[in-house]
Amino acid sequence: MAEKKLNIQDMIMKLEKFWSSKGCMIMPSYDVEKGAGTMSPYTFLRAVGPEPWAACYVEPSRRPADGRYGKNPNRLYQHHQFQVVIKPAPEDIQQYYLDSLRVLGIEPLEHDIRFVEDNWENPSMGCAGVGWEVWLDGMEVSQFTYFQVVGELDVKPTMSEITYGIERLASYIQDVNSVFDLVWGNGVLYRDIFKEPEYEHSKYAFEESNQDNLLKLFDLYEATAKRLLSQNLVHPAYDYILKCSHTFNLLDARGAVSVTERAGYLSRIRDLAHQVAVSFVEEREKRGFPLLKNAKNKKAGLEND
Amino acid sequence: MTKDYLFEIGTEEMPAHVVSRSVKQLADRTRKFLKENGLKFKDIKTYSTPRRLTILVEDLAEKQKDIDKVKKGPAKKIAQDADGNWTKAAQGFARGQGMTPDDIYFQELKGTEYAYVHVKKEGKKASDILLGMSNIIKAMTFPTKMRWDSNDFEFVRPIHWLVSLFGSDVIPVKILDITAGRKTQGHRFLGDSVVLANADDYEDALKDQFVIADADERKDMIVHQMNDLVKKNNWKIKLDKNLLEEVTNLVEYPTVFAGSFDKKYLKMPKEVLITSMKDNQRYFEVYDQDDNLINHFIAVRNGNKDYLDNVISGNEKVLVARLDDAQFFYDEDRKYPLSHFVDRLQNVSFHDKIGSMADKMKRVRIIGDFLAKHWKLQDQAVKDFDRASELYKFDLVTQMVGEFSELQGVMGMHYARLAGENEEVSVAIKEHYMPATSEGPLPETTVGSLLSVADKLDTIITFFGAGMIPTSSNDPYALRRNAYGIVRILLNQKWSLPFNEALPEMVDLLKGKTPAKLPKAGTQDEEIASFIRDRIKQYLQKNKFKYDIIDAVLASSQQDPIQILAAANVLQLHHDDDKFTPVVESLTRIDNILKKAKFKGQAKVDKSLFENNSENELYAGVENLQDVVDLADLYEGFVQLQPVIDQYFDTNMIMDKDERIRNNRLAQLSNVSELADRLGDLSKLVIK
Repeated sequence: MAEKKLNIQDMIMKLEKFWSSKGCMIMPSYDVEKGAGTMSPYTFLRAVGPEPWAACYVEPSRRPADGRYGKNPNRLYQHHQFQVVIKPAPEDIQQYYLDSLRVLGIEPLEHDIRFVEDNWENPSMGCAGVGWEVWLDGMEVSQFTYFQVVGELDVKPTMSEITYGIERLASYIQDVNSVFDLVWGNGVLYRDIFKEPEYEHSKYAFEESNQDNLLKLFDLYEATAKRLLSQNLVHPAYDYILKCSHTFNLLDARGAVSVTERAGYLSRIRDLAHQVAVSFVEEREKRGFPLLKNAKNKKAGLEND
Repeated sequence: MTKDYLFEIGTEEMPAHVVSRSVKQLADRTRKFLKENGLKFKDIKTYSTPRRLTILVEDLAEKQKDIDKVKKGPAKKIAQDADGNWTKAAQGFARGQGMTPDDIYFQELKGTEYAYVHVKKEGKKASDILLGMSNIIKAMTFPTKMRWDSNDFEFVRPIHWLVSLFGSDVIPVKILDITAGRKTQGHRFLGDSVVLANADDYEDALKDQFVIADADERKDMIVHQMNDLVKKNNWKIKLDKNLLEEVTNLVEYPTVFAGSFDKKYLKMPKEVLITSMKDNQRYFEVYDQDDNLINHFIAVRNGNKDYLDNVISGNEKVLVARLDDAQFFYDEDRKYPLSHFVDRLQNVSFHDKIGSMADKMKRVRIIGDFLAKHWKLQDQAVKDFDRASELYKFDLVTQMVGEFSELQGVMGMHYARLAGENEEVSVAIKEHYMPATSEGPLPETTVGSLLSVADKLDTIITFFGAGMIPTSSNDPYALRRNAYGIVRILLNQKWSLPFNEALPEMVDLLKGKTPAKLPKAGTQDEEIASFIRDRIKQYLQKNKFKYDIIDAVLASSQQDPIQILAAANVLQLHHDDDKFTPVVESLTRIDNILKKAKFKGQAKVDKSLFENNSENELYAGVENLQDVVDLADLYEGFVQLQPVIDQYFDTNMIMDKDERIRNNRLAQLSNVSELADRLGDLSKLVIK
């Protein structure tokens, strides 16, 4: 373990610096509620089409059903992911990942690090990938995936996605048993920032949400997304798809969705996700896949040097 | 001359469950490839770790055999036409030998001229043939494959390197942009890359780099280290073979260690702890000498003993977090009466097209009560069944099962006990899921067996009713396994159930009691009965009955698994007796005559029409057998009756001109035939 324990913001900055050095852009968190970093347009939309992409970012991830009123030491309504996506996946991506752990003070020789099969699937977004959960002394600290399908489109070239569970990893690094005891930065504790929001969001999600309104919202968001898609307004349409997804998660947390209805909602979201993925590629193609040209120019430039 | 050939595919970490079977696949495909190419070898040894699939072909021939032979073809007059042109026959002959007609020469044999070719070919070199190993990589199959980079090519995980060494020579096999060489990789953290001089250096060179490439050796290391720990601490473990296989394939260099957790968690049901350790963390649970679960675990690290304390404390911390979670669910679930959960089952769907779990439980009770009556089960068992049927799916909505779905049934049993339900009811809740796999353990109790059969019958009835009938390739709801489970339980409990009669009755009882669609009477219940018969067949095949016996017993009108199995047992037991053939022949002769005569008249025999003693004797013999219950006795009866039947045929003209006599004789024979049908359709038997 590192001599001086890393706080969370130091951890984030070190990861950003490391991945930036591997060619990633450091993106801000995306400002629409979502269940995972994968659903940020910086991953979902950029995964499809032929253009290269390399980005890292912190993503607050909301999972209403996992809320525990701030009482469970390891379960949260909202946790944070550090997301790294690179397309095409570098040949040495596993090695990069291990190097990033070293940056955080985790020396592989002093621990037991394993890549344990875990093929990822998000049926509601039409996504599937092949990969691992990464175990650090038996604890799953990251998810490592080679995307194969996103929005029901083949991902080609393949994109690698690494998702660090920030609270998990920090609990390990700071050696605490409850996430609320983590130091976020400059002496401020996780509990000082997130304890109340955890309670309040749990209270809302489990007790105070209005099912009828949520159902109406879902329909409204869906209709809006469809209308925007018909006008090729890809990004606002995607925002509304994210809202559909989050609204569904709220309904689900409330136990308002029966098993039968569940399949129906998921397929409605999946249809939208597919359409938006298709539209995104079409729109990029109209513009001649700008990042593809960039990459060629960059490469040509390097060769000229 | 021979040399050893080493071929290694180096990958990113493969799933543990594919490692062993994939290296076997690689060896099998290589064996076939070498044989097809006429390259001799002694044997193929396999090595495998999460990061490599390797074969070592021992004593591989350096080249194919040279060919130097003279081959005789068609006669000259067939090989050439009148104008001296080569015929199709000649061309075909030459092509068949890998030559052209120009190579043909003629030579006389016993006065006729024949076409000949002299085939002389040097055998291809192994080093050329082995370049084809790339096709073996391309042909390999996996449960899940993936693409990487911009390639269309798929493999289980990205390939990073290839080693291909024939003796000391590199065979540069190519796949994508990777060309095989002599460099392999050591342990990801402890080792370095190694350049191999010779194919035979492989195992030892990797050992120096902390890779135990031989999977069996790795497994032995784990078992040894485990036994040392267990002995030292006076513990006991139950060595789960599947888990051992899995952990063997999760590491390249194993070091076994033990950790512990707070004793307070031992108050939870032991299945909860075992699931947390085994399924989630791949730990082995530990017992004391009296087989009590204790607060320790054993796990395997991918590495050496350095910094083992870090690894142990990390693993302990993870387990405690999991146990804490489980404890939270356990405490929460116990705050509510069972009725709280049962009420919620109305909102839990069994299947969209069928209805809720609550509705299913109502049907299961009706079916179970019918069966209990049919089998004359004791009042207490019926009472317990009724109670269990009101509860048995409740744990699906508990938090614990929500989190650990593999504990369904088990948690139901524990929570029912804690809520004061009696032991029969509680255990039945667990047992109704059994058998969980087709050959898995069966419920042991009467109530559990009844609940399991009723639950599975309901599943089959309602799925057929809703038109979701399994096809030969597609059975997403495992209806076959359910039906097979029913057959096994019935046989185990010696519960007789003629499906053809029982199914319509059960469906009738369900009418108006459920919103679920029920099978159509007459057609669909016959379909279900035949679906279940196919499972009886599966059972008989599994238990090594001769195929003709299986055909015979299943072709009878008998629908009760107990009777069908009994018949199969009798036929199998006597199959090789001297008397078997004459008995079967006599009985099938009767069937043939009846079939030919298309006899469908009354099987009532009028003794007053008898003309001789042979008729009296057969009549008396059949009378004797009418009330025999045991099929073994029935068969013995037939052995006694066989000479009587033969005598009957010798003495009497069955198809007598007098219609009354003819029908009377046919009636007599059809009585025998009906008796024989209890053993099966004997015409299906293959007799010598």
